[in-house]
Amino acid sequence: MNAFIALVRKDLVLYFSNRRALLMSIAAPILIAAFFGSLFGNSDSKPAHINVAVTDLDRSELSGRVVAALRGEATFDVTEVGEADALAQVKAGKLAAAITVPAGFGKLAGSAMFGGTKPELVVHYDPSQAMALQVVRGLMAQHVMQTVSQSLMSASSPLLSDLRDRTLQSTSLPDQRRLELTQMFDSIAKVQSTSMPASAAPKAAAFTLPYVTREEPASARPETKYNSYSHSFAGMGVQFVLLMGVDLGVGLLLMRRMGLWKRLRAAPLSRGKLLGSRIASCALIALVVFAIVYAAAMAAFGVRIDGSVPGFIAVLVAFALLTGSFGLLIAAIGRTPEATRGLAILATLLMVMLGGAWVPSFIFPEWLQKLSLFVPTRWAVDGLDAMTWRGLPFHDALLPVAVMLGFAAVFTSLAIWRFDWEE
Amino acid sequence: MLEALGLRKSYGMRAAVADVALTVRSGEVLGLLGPNGAGKSTTIGILSGLTTADAGTVRVNGVTLAGDPDDFKRRIGLVPQDLALFEDLTALANIELFGALYDMPKARLRERAVHVLDIVGLADRARDKPSTFSGGMKRRLNIACALVHDPDVLLLDEPTAGVDPQSRNAIFDNLEALKGQGKALVYTTHYMEEAERLADRIVIIDHGHVVASGTLTELYAALPAAQTLQVDVEGDIEIGVLASIPGVKRAQKSGERVTLAIDDLTRDGCGVLQALAAAGCKVRHISSDRGNLEDVFLALTGRQLRD
Repeated sequence: MNAFIALVRKDLVLYFSNRRALLMSIAAPILIAAFFGSLFGNSDSKPAHINVAVTDLDRSELSGRVVAALRGEATFDVTEVGEADALAQVKAGKLAAAITVPAGFGKLAGSAMFGGTKPELVVHYDPSQAMALQVVRGLMAQHVMQTVSQSLMSASSPLLSDLRDRTLQSTSLPDQRRLELTQMFDSIAKVQSTSMPASAAPKAAAFTLPYVTREEPASARPETKYNSYSHSFAGMGVQFVLLMGVDLGVGLLLMRRMGLWKRLRAAPLSRGKLLGSRIASCALIALVVFAIVYAAAMAAFGVRIDGSVPGFIAVLVAFALLTGSFGLLIAAIGRTPEATRGLAILATLLMVMLGGAWVPSFIFPEWLQKLSLFVPTRWAVDGLDAMTWRGLPFHDALLPVAVMLGFAAVFTSLAIWRFDWEE
Repeated sequence: MLEALGLRKSYGMRAAVADVALTVRSGEVLGLLGPNGAGKSTTIGILSGLTTADAGTVRVNGVTLAGDPDDFKRRIGLVPQDLALFEDLTALANIELFGALYDMPKARLRERAVHVLDIVGLADRARDKPSTFSGGMKRRLNIACALVHDPDVLLLDEPTAGVDPQSRNAIFDNLEALKGQGKALVYTTHYMEEAERLADRIVIIDHGHVVASGTLTELYAALPAAQTLQVDVEGDIEIGVLASIPGVKRAQKSGERVTLAIDDLTRDGCGVLQALAAAGCKVRHISSDRGNLEDVFLALTGRQLRD
C-alpha cells in the first residue's frame, strides 16, 4: 500500500507543481466557460440589439409611422440612411439588415390587405447573420401589420375613404359585393368616430396578434432558473479535464522514453499497482480540478447544484475515473509522445464536441443525437446538467454514472491488453 | 550471490542474448564488456526482471526470479543507462520515492535516504532538484536511488555515460566503497579502461554470446603476445619480413605505422630494429604497451571493441 500511495503522491506533487499545466486545467475552462455562458445568455439577460437601417422612399404618413414603429422596437437599433449607404453598411457587416420602404407604399398597403397590389419591402441582409434575418422578418411583419391596420381603421383615415371611393368606382365588382364593402367601410368609420374618445383617437383599433404567450422554464424545481453558465462550465470542465487526462497519458509515454518506467518496473510492484496508481492519481487530479472550476462557477457565475449533491459528486467521480482510464488507454496505444499527443487531443475534441460540451446536444440533428449516446462525454455533460440547473434527483444520476463507469472499465481493459510491458 | 545460467532472449530471428552464463559474488565487481548492441543491456534487463528470458535461470542468494519475483527484486538494485529521475522532485524526494516502492517503513526510509545521499556525496544537495545538478551529480543520484532499499546486488548499465572524468572518478570511488561493503556489482560498459580499473572479473560479450570471461590476468593470457610494439618508420619494408622475425607473433602495417605483437620487449625488440635498419628504414618514433582488453577483444572477434 505504501508503494501505491507513494506513486499517487508523486503524480499529484508533480502535477500541482507544474504551474503551466495547472493554468491550462483550471484557468482555461473558467475563462472559456464564462465566454460561452455569456454568449448563450441567460433568460433574464437582455438580448443584444440588432442593427438595422431603414430607408423611407415613400415619405408618406403611413411609411413614417412604420419607420417610427420600427424605431420603437427594443430589439432593433434603427438608423435612417439612404438606400445605397444602407446596402454598403450591410455588405461591410456593420448592419444585420437594411429595410427599404418603397415609393407608393402608403397608397398600396391598405388595399393590399384586401387583395390589391402588394408593395414590395426590400430587406438586404448580412448572410453571416442569417439568424437575425428571421427576427427582422418577424418583427417587421408585426409592426407593418399593426401600423397599416391601425391606419386603415382610423375614423379620419384617408386610406379608409380612399378605399371606399375606389370600391364605389370599381366596375369589376358585382353590385352586391360593392354594396357590402361600402357598408363595411362606413361601419368602421362609424364605430371609430363614436366609440373612441378624442384623447384615444390616435390609438385606433388595429390588427394585433390574436394571442399572448406565457413562457416558463421547465426544470424539476419551479424556483430553479436556467443559468447558461451551468452548461458551459459542465462542458468546458469535461473538455479540459479530459485534456489533462491526455497530458497524464502522454506523461507516461515520456516516462517510458526517459527510462523512468523501466526503473519503476524494476521494483516489486504488480501491474495492478503500477497502472492502478496512475488511474487513481489522474482521477484525484480530475476531481480537484473540477472542484476548483465549479467553485469559481458558483462564486462568480451563480451556478448552483439544484439537483442532488450526492448525484453531482457521483457523476464527477465516475467522470474522473473515466478520465484516468482514458489517459491510460492513450499511454497503452500510443507510440511516441509527440504523435500521441496530437491524435489524443483530436480524439478528445471530437468527443467533447459530440458530447454537447460546446453547444447543447439538443441542437444536433437527430441522427447525431443518437450517435452521441455512444460518446462518454455526452453522459458526463448530461449528468452534470441534470444535477445542476435541471435540478433532478439522485436516481437521474445513476444512468450517466453507470455508463461512464462502463466506459472506464472498457478503456482500462483495453489499456491493460494493449500495454507493452517489455518495451 | 548472483548466478545466471543459460540465458537466452531473441527478438524475432535475432538472438539478443544466447546462452549467457555469469556469476558474481559478494564484494566483487563483474565487468560486462562489449561493443554497443552486443547484448549487455538485454542481459541486465533479464537479470533485473524487466525482460522475460526465453530460457535460463537467474538466482540471487538462492531466490529465483521465477520462484519469488518480489523477493528477487528486493535483492536487486538497478541503475539504468538512462537517468531515471524525476526532475521536479528534490534529490531526497526522488530517493524516498524509489525506496517507498519497496514498501520500506517511513523511519527506515528517511534514514536510508540520508545515508545513500551521503555515500554518493550529495548530502548537501538533498533539498535541491536534479534539474539544477550537473550530469555527474545526476548519475550519482541515479545510483543512490538504486541503493536506498539496500540491495544485495547492484546492476549498473553504463553508469558513467556522458559524464566528465572528475565525476567518473567520483562514481568509481562510490562503487569501490560499495564493493568494500560487500555488495555484488555487475557493471556494463564498452569502455575497456573502466572494466580494467573496476572489475575483478570480466565477461566479454559480443552478438549476444559470451566470448571470454575471467580475471584480467586470465584474459591477457589469451592474447597472442604479452606486449605490442608500435614503430613509425620512414621507408618501405615488406610486412612479411617483419612477421618472419623470431619472437614476432603478429605484424600489421597501417600507413607509416607498424604494429607488432611480441612477448619480450628486450629480446624481440632488438630483432625488429635490426630488420628495419637492414631494409634501409629510418625509425622516427617507437613505443610499446602491454596488451589490453581492446587487444583481447580484437584477438577473439577480429573486430575493434568500439566498431
